[in-house]
Amino acid sequence: MKIHEYQAKQVLSKFGVPIPRGEVASNPYEAYDIASRLGGRVVVKAQIHAGGRGKGGGVKLASSAAEAEKIAADMIGMTLVTHQTGPEGRKVRRVLIEEGLPIKKEYYLGIVIDRASQCPVIMASPSGGMDIEKVAAETPHLIFKEYIDPCVGLQPFSLRKLAFRLGLTGELLAPATQTIAALYRAFEAVDASLVEINPFLLTEDNRLYALDAKVNFDDNALYRHKELLTLRDFHEEDPLEIEASRYSINYIRLDGNIGCMVNGAGLAMATMDIIKLAGGNPANFLDVGGGATVDQVRNAFKILLGDRNVKAVLINIFGGIVRCDVVANGVVEAAKSIGVSIPVVVRLEGTNVQKGQEILRNSGLMFTVAEGMKDAAEKVVALAK
Amino acid sequence: MAILVDKNTRLAVQGITGREGSFHARQCIEYGTKVVAGITPGKGGTLHEDVPVFNTVEEAVEKEGANATMIFVPPAFAADAIMEAATAGVPLIVCITEGIPTLDMVRATALVSHSKSRLIGPNCPGIISPGKCKIGIMPGQIFKEGHVGVISRSGTLTYEAVHQLSGRNIGQSTCIGIGGDPVIGTNFIDALSLFNEDPDTHAVVMVGEIGGTAEEEAAEFIRQNFQKPVVGFIAGRTAPPGRRMGHAGAIISGGKGTAAEKIEAMKKCGIHVALSPAEIGETMAKFL
Repeated sequence: MKIHEYQAKQVLSKFGVPIPRGEVASNPYEAYDIASRLGGRVVVKAQIHAGGRGKGGGVKLASSAAEAEKIAADMIGMTLVTHQTGPEGRKVRRVLIEEGLPIKKEYYLGIVIDRASQCPVIMASPSGGMDIEKVAAETPHLIFKEYIDPCVGLQPFSLRKLAFRLGLTGELLAPATQTIAALYRAFEAVDASLVEINPFLLTEDNRLYALDAKVNFDDNALYRHKELLTLRDFHEEDPLEIEASRYSINYIRLDGNIGCMVNGAGLAMATMDIIKLAGGNPANFLDVGGGATVDQVRNAFKILLGDRNVKAVLINIFGGIVRCDVVANGVVEAAKSIGVSIPVVVRLEGTNVQKGQEILRNSGLMFTVAEGMKDAAEKVVALAK
Repeated sequence: MAILVDKNTRLAVQGITGREGSFHARQCIEYGTKVVAGITPGKGGTLHEDVPVFNTVEEAVEKEGANATMIFVPPAFAADAIMEAATAGVPLIVCITEGIPTLDMVRATALVSHSKSRLIGPNCPGIISPGKCKIGIMPGQIFKEGHVGVISRSGTLTYEAVHQLSGRNIGQSTCIGIGGDPVIGTNFIDALSLFNEDPDTHAVVMVGEIGGTAEEEAAEFIRQNFQKPVVGFIAGRTAPPGRRMGHAGAIISGGKGTAAEKIEAMKKCGIHVALSPAEIGETMAKFL
């Protein structure tokens, strides 16, 4: 789960990460009031779940409350396009109004689980403020890493090493190590999959702040953080994806016209790939679950058909322990109850496959039975044209 | 021969009294696996599916000589179940459970790595040595005894690959689903090392997917150490960046973990990459 910058800052602040003074506004009048309280010189930041806001015109300086009000009026309601939003962009619904701080230097701090070493890694760089992926690609020696042994947890020496490497010494050593420690506490306590402060700001008067912050949560751990669920912003998600998540169906909308319904995530990805190889474009990723029960197939049909771009559907089910005739009956029942009116290509594999195919052929529905994945992809691509 | 599991495997099932645990314990028994114990805390002393149930893994090891365990415990308690099994000294732990918090797995895999146990999974279909022993949820009838090893991050895609092999009369020595999570026990390199040493395995199919760099590392390992032909496939060439494709580990993040990078690395290291998922069996047939 992703959250907005202002929410991420509130979360991190609870663990002791220093953040600039600021508040979130959902209309220009609130923006004026907040800016006045902060002394007029403020930064107005569009709140969307995507990076690259500065370049897209989503971060602006104001020298007075009146100017902040005007910027907020322009920003709220606008569609912000950044390199992370895709060409359709995201609608801005709120802006964060923060005190303007005099910048001396910008650093980077981040924590993720390193997959290769299977432990948390704290990353720090003196080249913050810009695209950290670019820094990692072009000047990897400027990213310092401390791997944290989960058996002993975070130790002070790791914090000192990072602070010294960033050049945060003398009177800055204590606040720097305290901030990194606070960030790590937050990472563990909220079961984050990513926490990031970029830029981690050093002001002209030698204070450190999280000028921008990002927190992503591990979806598998949200069951033990019920309080965090209120931070979810449904406006930032595709309505069909929200509906799919209610049915525990893994669905991701894409821009093609061939709807896919597959059991298992790996096979679902492979099905999208083979559609592309056959010259078509998948409209989605959809994992209907291992068993492909009648209820789940019906729910999956609802989601697929909710996407108006879908011109044909490919169902690819590897029966596994569930027999193909059972799956076929389920697909027929679900399709009849929904009233599917576009071509559907079905590829079944597993025990009783002939019986399953017969059930599909005799159903009276617009089913095309395919043999194998290649045949299925070619048939559905032809039907979608 | 085969790797890790065979006729001598004595399996315990953690979470045997649950719906899934119960069903799949029965399926494993029908396949011929020796299921010697079940573990459900509080239900020790009873029988379930004709299998004696114990309160702890330790008892199952002491009283029934369990040397492998299969975990069907719900996600919130599964990491604890893994750690219990590792502490009880079970040599092979197979965790089927999907949805375990990543930080729980970080702790569990750290403990396992300091123990004598090997973990397979979590979020995986399990492991099978066809005709000898099945530990997991895979449909036993699609597998065939033979000499190709299979390693995969996915469930049904493994079945697809195996189906293509068996359909060409290419049997399998052992098939391991290593799991779709970002933090797992046995990885590609661990499994490849075992297959390298197994005289009964003549070639390997490796099924990867987007996310992480495990395939790249495995490709480099193959280039340097592996003696047998390897056929590879990577799922997710059409997956958009930044989105989790069903599996917790299947995500292209920060431009890293794309299928294109993995395929490139595999080709460079001499792996025969099937670009279409329909050509995995066909590609293997060429190199046997």
